[in-house]
Amino acid sequence: MSDFTSGFWDLYIVLLTTLGIAGCALLLWSQSRHRGPAVEAVPGNGGKGIGTTGHVWDEDLTELNTPMPRWWMWLFYITIVFAAAYLFLYPGLGTYAGKLGWQSAGAYRQELAKADSRYGPLFDKYRRQDLKAVAADPQARAMGERLFLTYCAQCHGSDARGNKGFPNLADRDWLHGGDPAAIEQTILHGRHGVMPPMGAALGSDRDIENVAHYVLSLSGSAAADPIRSVFGKGKFTACLACHGAGGTGNQALGAPNLADRTWLYGGSADTIMETIRNGRDNTMPAFGDFLGEGKVHVLAAYVWGLSNDAGPAP
Amino acid sequence: MYEKRQPIHPRETDGRYARLRWLCVWLTQLVYYGTPWLAWNGRQAVLFDLGARKFYVFGLVLWPQDFIYLAALLILCAWALFLVTAVAGRVWCGFACPQTVYTSIFLWLERRIEGSRAARIALDRQGPSVRKFARRTARHLAWGAVALWTGFTFVGYFTPVRELGMDVATLSLGPWQWFWVLFYSFATYGNAGWLREQVCRYMCPYARFQGAMFDRDTLIITYDTVRGEPRSRKAANGACIDCTLCVQVCPAGIDIRNGLQYECIGCAACVDACNNVMDRTGQPRGLIRYSTGRAMASRLTRTQIGRRLLRPRVLAYCAALLAASLAMGYALATRIPLKVDVLRDRGSMGREVDGGAVENVYRLQVMNTSEQPHRYRIAVAGLPGLALATGSVADLAGTETRAVPVRVRAPHGAGKPGSNAITFTLTALDDARLSVGERAVFIVPH
Repeated sequence: MSDFTSGFWDLYIVLLTTLGIAGCALLLWSQSRHRGPAVEAVPGNGGKGIGTTGHVWDEDLTELNTPMPRWWMWLFYITIVFAAAYLFLYPGLGTYAGKLGWQSAGAYRQELAKADSRYGPLFDKYRRQDLKAVAADPQARAMGERLFLTYCAQCHGSDARGNKGFPNLADRDWLHGGDPAAIEQTILHGRHGVMPPMGAALGSDRDIENVAHYVLSLSGSAAADPIRSVFGKGKFTACLACHGAGGTGNQALGAPNLADRTWLYGGSADTIMETIRNGRDNTMPAFGDFLGEGKVHVLAAYVWGLSNDAGPAP
Repeated sequence: MYEKRQPIHPRETDGRYARLRWLCVWLTQLVYYGTPWLAWNGRQAVLFDLGARKFYVFGLVLWPQDFIYLAALLILCAWALFLVTAVAGRVWCGFACPQTVYTSIFLWLERRIEGSRAARIALDRQGPSVRKFARRTARHLAWGAVALWTGFTFVGYFTPVRELGMDVATLSLGPWQWFWVLFYSFATYGNAGWLREQVCRYMCPYARFQGAMFDRDTLIITYDTVRGEPRSRKAANGACIDCTLCVQVCPAGIDIRNGLQYECIGCAACVDACNNVMDRTGQPRGLIRYSTGRAMASRLTRTQIGRRLLRPRVLAYCAALLAASLAMGYALATRIPLKVDVLRDRGSMGREVDGGAVENVYRLQVMNTSEQPHRYRIAVAGLPGLALATGSVADLAGTETRAVPVRVRAPHGAGKPGSNAITFTLTALDDARLSVGERAVFIVPH
């Protein structure tokens, strides 16, 4: 496919290149005939002569001509032949794709195929095994750690304990389910967690504050103001649909358990109020296409093993 | 613009310098051809494993991060070359350079197969004949065999030579191995068989900057004009009898009697040839000898030449060489085969955990550059109460690199808000000398 919007640049490149190479050939050919006086004896050289170009300045300053060896000339001609052959076989003359049809994208695909044929069998072996068995395998665990550090640690941290907005993978608190199959699903297809803004549904800012304190009281936090909690409990019915009875969460929807001490965005009253007022929108990207099922299987086993006793350490 | 090259058939000669050159050939080639076959600790002693990016030199395992030693080695070689050239001219060229060494070997084969200089010149002029064809074929086959062995040995520095040998014997070399073996064989064959002095004359930069490295006290091969001129075949003139043997033995095809020329590679074949002739004509040796420009101009004695040896330029080179060698030797001797890099997690500045403690997460890139496995203890220090919240040991196999995630916890109130300097120390449990400390930053959120 041509990246040029007009045919002019194609022609420009083709002309410059071919004229340049032809010019080199012409230069070589035109200079290989020796014009001017032949060899003249130069004193002090043991009687051997050195040719001159015939130019003379200031009566006796001559320009010597010490020719290069003939094999050097042949090397120049060989480079011209090489250039012509190269430009015929490979892309270089504008939009001409070259007889061999080489593409850098094709070279990349070849490399991928080579890597797949080399490492594929290893991942296939683990793919056939149950996730818990993979988690117990020391080699798989080491591979999983390396994969995790490469692909997951930017968001979830090198120790997998997450950040504000990025879940802690090493605890037993799961938004979408913590059994091995659910974890694998999460990595393969990603997750999209949406908390709609509930400010309008609840009423005024004071209402939001009351609900926030009620939520804090669910986990027995000392920061929960008892009076505000009581007022908040009534308004909390708006939240039951997603967060379930008692606010214990709904893994089918990805709605967090509000009655524990794990907070994805922070556990202060202000942060909870912000969540209620503005909502939250969080995405875990899907890694299935990017990594392939083999790598995802090993990764899922590793992640599961972070919060479960998987077996002997590697 | 170009000229057809005149082939040079140097006449064979014998003498002190010819013997010295053959000694150099033997020594250098014993090292070159023999070293890949040496074993160490169950592997090849000298192996440059490009694929795994590790260079093995006997007990030393050098990683890409150790490139400084290669740079230092090259600097040492360059300064040694400058020193030797300042003292004695192009002795590298004439005695030890691979171009000269392989040309000598190939010339020796050529002489054994095709005969003396006169015989080879005659063979060149001869028209095609069975005898000529047979001689030429034999010569090229002999050259080809030496070239292939040389190419094979060269690749044997990069691929274990014994396996390479097996692959060659069973013709199961990979395409790239075929390419490199044949490429270096072809290069040897081409350079030593065909190009010879053309490399020295047109390709090698050393010829061209020799003028910058010589001075008036450098020992160079000199024709004693005062003694030798006027040259004549008759007696009672200069010492030079114009036998032209010095021209016939010259592999560069020059006449040393014209003085210092850039083509002269300093092989001293003309010295040997002339000395032989001087012996036969009952004259003192040394008409062509190693001497200096100042000695020729001022007619210095050998002692006087020797005293000029310890001049500032030479002493400066010696001092630089000594300092660099000592520094490199010391660095290599005290080198710790453990490398640690600390990479702080950038996802979060600092994480608050239960009880108000602050955590920072790091990744320790640990490289065990020795060939034995080790267990390392990780320690962290720099703030009161600073401690690791993850495991404190890391196991690494020989020549293994691992990224070890660690979590460092500081109690509430330790350190100032913002960045605090801390250090990580890794120590091998079985060898306290294998200890490396690395600085890092611990961030306490405001």
